[in-house]
Amino acid sequence: MAKLQSSFRNMFLSLSLICLTVALLLAQVNKMTATPIAEAKAMKLQNAIREVVPAFDNDPVAEAYRMAGGSGDSLLVYPARQGDELVGFAINSYSNNGFSGNIQIMVGFDMEHHIVNYAVLQHGETPGLGSKMTEWFRDATRPSQSVIGRDLSQGALTVTKDGGDVDAITASTITSRAFMEAVNRAYTVYSGSMEDAWSGATTATDEETEETTNEGGIGNE
Amino acid sequence: MNKKVKILINGIIKENPIFVLLLGMCPTLATTSSAINGMSMGLATMFVLISSNAVISLLKNVIPDMVRIPAFIVVIATFVTIVEMMMNAYVPALAESLGIFIPLIVVNCIVLGRAEAFASKNGVLSSIFDGVGIGLGFTLALTLLGASRELLGTGKIFSQTIYPEQYGSLLFVLAPGAFIVLGFLIAIFNKLQHKKA
Repeated sequence: MAKLQSSFRNMFLSLSLICLTVALLLAQVNKMTATPIAEAKAMKLQNAIREVVPAFDNDPVAEAYRMAGGSGDSLLVYPARQGDELVGFAINSYSNNGFSGNIQIMVGFDMEHHIVNYAVLQHGETPGLGSKMTEWFRDATRPSQSVIGRDLSQGALTVTKDGGDVDAITASTITSRAFMEAVNRAYTVYSGSMEDAWSGATTATDEETEETTNEGGIGNE
Repeated sequence: MNKKVKILINGIIKENPIFVLLLGMCPTLATTSSAINGMSMGLATMFVLISSNAVISLLKNVIPDMVRIPAFIVVIATFVTIVEMMMNAYVPALAESLGIFIPLIVVNCIVLGRAEAFASKNGVLSSIFDGVGIGLGFTLALTLLGASRELLGTGKIFSQTIYPEQYGSLLFVLAPGAFIVLGFLIAIFNKLQHKKA
């Protein structure tokens, strides 16, 4: 077959046909992969929650609610229940002060203000430096850098450089500060959730102002 | 058949996209922080190369010359989108670590370059072989670069520890390390090739 001439009609037809075929093909693939993609995302969320709170038997994702805390956006709270009793909260917190922008973490608290565990959901930190935060702050062999089991009702967490008692990641103080900010933000919401759990109220309360002041002291400029 | 093998070897050695043509440097330098990342990036690009080469050589007569570039890009973008969706669905962890560089395969000059220079002038079978050859050359180069950086930086290859991590130099995992290792690899590659010739 001879090559088509570059006449207006030929160009129009050829490009239109190619685009149409491609659109149909992509629509099919999108349909095929939509369910697995959604499942993979739900799976990741489930695993993160399971990792950070004590054993539970409800469906925290179905019971999730948004709660405002301090400054910034409201956070998603996943309550974990064993039977009828609340055993902890997994809170999806964030910081915009990472070395490379936004950091998303899942922090789990038990009912006594202690951090159970955390999971980093998303970050853009430098590999080998800031990216170490996925393990650094839960190294049980180094209590001075681990945040596991810390009681946040004693005050917000800060890195040693800012007068706190958590060792920052070597050469990644900015990432460490951002991480602390996210943890403290989660705690602000956690205290709000605790108020709700006791009083049965559903809206965010004013008792968070005190925590907000603590949070402001971290200094992530 | 001999000619096909020649096309294959051509892509891996004589016209290796990384070590000889120095094309597609952006994903090369950015995604090769570990061997597995380099290899997956290479394989994803290889899939796109083979499919787009095949389709473009099939369509070469119905695409008028004046609109060939947009037509090629649409075909390439389609395959890249398919790869991206598949990766998100079945290997989400990998898709996350390669991030933006998967969609960016669209503008990788190797893919468009082969479409323009080879697939639009040759038959389907030759074009597929060219895609396999160039793709393999790209994958091998990226895996080698990734493995060298991972070994020098963290003491591991494919996450298997070779020596303790504290003796590694972080520099090699970061961007400057990519340039340094690539430079040395090109030097070694040239040396070996000259010996052969």
